[in-house]
Amino acid sequence: MRYYTYFPGCSASHGGAKAYDWSAQAVAKALEVELIELDDWNCCGSTPYTSVDELASYCVSARNLALAEKRGLDLVTPCSACYVILNRTNSAFREYPALRAKVNEALAAGDLEYHGTVNVRHLLDVFANDIGCEEIASRVKGDLGGLKVAPYYGCQVVRPSPGFDHPESPESLDRLIKSLGAEATPFPLKTRCCGGSLVISEENVALELAHKLLDSASSNGAECIATVCPLCQTNLDVYQSRINKKFKTSFNLPVLFFTQLMGIAFGIDRRSLGFEKCIVSPKEVLAGYIER
Amino acid sequence: METKVQGSNTFLQEICAIPGGEGIRLCIQCGTCSASCPNVNRMDYTPRQLFAMARAGMREEVLSSNSMWFCLSCYLCTVRCPRGIKVTDLMHALDCLAVQQRLSSGRTYTPTMYRSFSDFVYSIGSVPEMSFMIWFYLLTNPLRAMKMMPMALSLLKHGRLSARARRLKPEAERQFKAILDKAESLGGIR
Repeated sequence: MRYYTYFPGCSASHGGAKAYDWSAQAVAKALEVELIELDDWNCCGSTPYTSVDELASYCVSARNLALAEKRGLDLVTPCSACYVILNRTNSAFREYPALRAKVNEALAAGDLEYHGTVNVRHLLDVFANDIGCEEIASRVKGDLGGLKVAPYYGCQVVRPSPGFDHPESPESLDRLIKSLGAEATPFPLKTRCCGGSLVISEENVALELAHKLLDSASSNGAECIATVCPLCQTNLDVYQSRINKKFKTSFNLPVLFFTQLMGIAFGIDRRSLGFEKCIVSPKEVLAGYIER
Repeated sequence: METKVQGSNTFLQEICAIPGGEGIRLCIQCGTCSASCPNVNRMDYTPRQLFAMARAGMREEVLSSNSMWFCLSCYLCTVRCPRGIKVTDLMHALDCLAVQQRLSSGRTYTPTMYRSFSDFVYSIGSVPEMSFMIWFYLLTNPLRAMKMMPMALSLLKHGRLSARARRLKPEAERQFKAILDKAESLGGIR
């Protein structure tokens, strides 16, 4: 058994990406990984907070890190935004002693202190590297042979470096998809931005970026897209009909969390994987792989 | 490294005082950031131009521009910068200065969106997606909220829109607030 402290983030725990949390938990169990949720964690603050009030944004994420530090385990999150923000606080703690002192002064008001020792990991990193693709392949019960999957990393799981994979041409998700028996299609835009939270404030800007991704995935023969981030999933799935309307296209590409694909391959009951939450239905594409 | 009349250029000093902001002194104006940016075509000034203007002390022009609000935080510029400047962090630093000095651009909804988001984090320690979106639309363009109805309904139908917010235990919420209030009394990053 491997143990990690788990930071689901707002979207996966109570928001639109519950299917990610469910499938992550189910797959982790199958891989003998225990994800122990951090008690009373708060929102990481995400990009918006870092753009409004720098000091407060560091304090918001440092509270989580200070709580996790007491546990002494790696802190793993399935959300790329949480991953980037928690790591940002870690590197600021290493590089800026004055900031570190100030954040700790604020944390002291809540009887906390952070020493900067928590190792923040993304769930993809844990599965692809701690568990490894060989181990994953050995757990596959019904392989996904023939399913063409576009491996979409998005930005924040691989940048800023140094991370666990190449910042512009990563391979870990490609390898993981192949270990499930599926085909990872070429995807030149695999680390390009989905539009992020600008889909709310500047929808046209974000839809243009998301459109390019759907276009690239589709023209390279993908039948579905695998994502590692709640926001990427939302922009590509929930907004797909608006993209079709705006660009007069007819994309019908299911956008799945990589853990959902792992779940099918592992033969996990599909009801615990949350497929009904996909707006673009994956029913047809997955028909041959899901036991009925 | 000295680039400009240091001492008289307080704007540059303010930027350098923010973690990640100090890298602006290292910029060699190569434009790799601008060439890498997926949103550069939306910006009043490209990142390269923006940094040159900031070093020239053009506070108002820089802080009231829309450029940094179109940063997607994709970090492509950061990993490519030959001088190791944390370009994305620098853009966020400019965002914060614009907010502090009440100069943020009125030509994009992004500052208000960020503010609506951080207000929720500050008040309850989490972001309930539906309430956050409604709040944002009320603050900016309530009519747009109507246009989003079909999408909201489809999210509801698929069980992806929950009205219930995640709340911290009362003692944890008090701790969280105490930390943030202390942060505020410490007067920001400098």
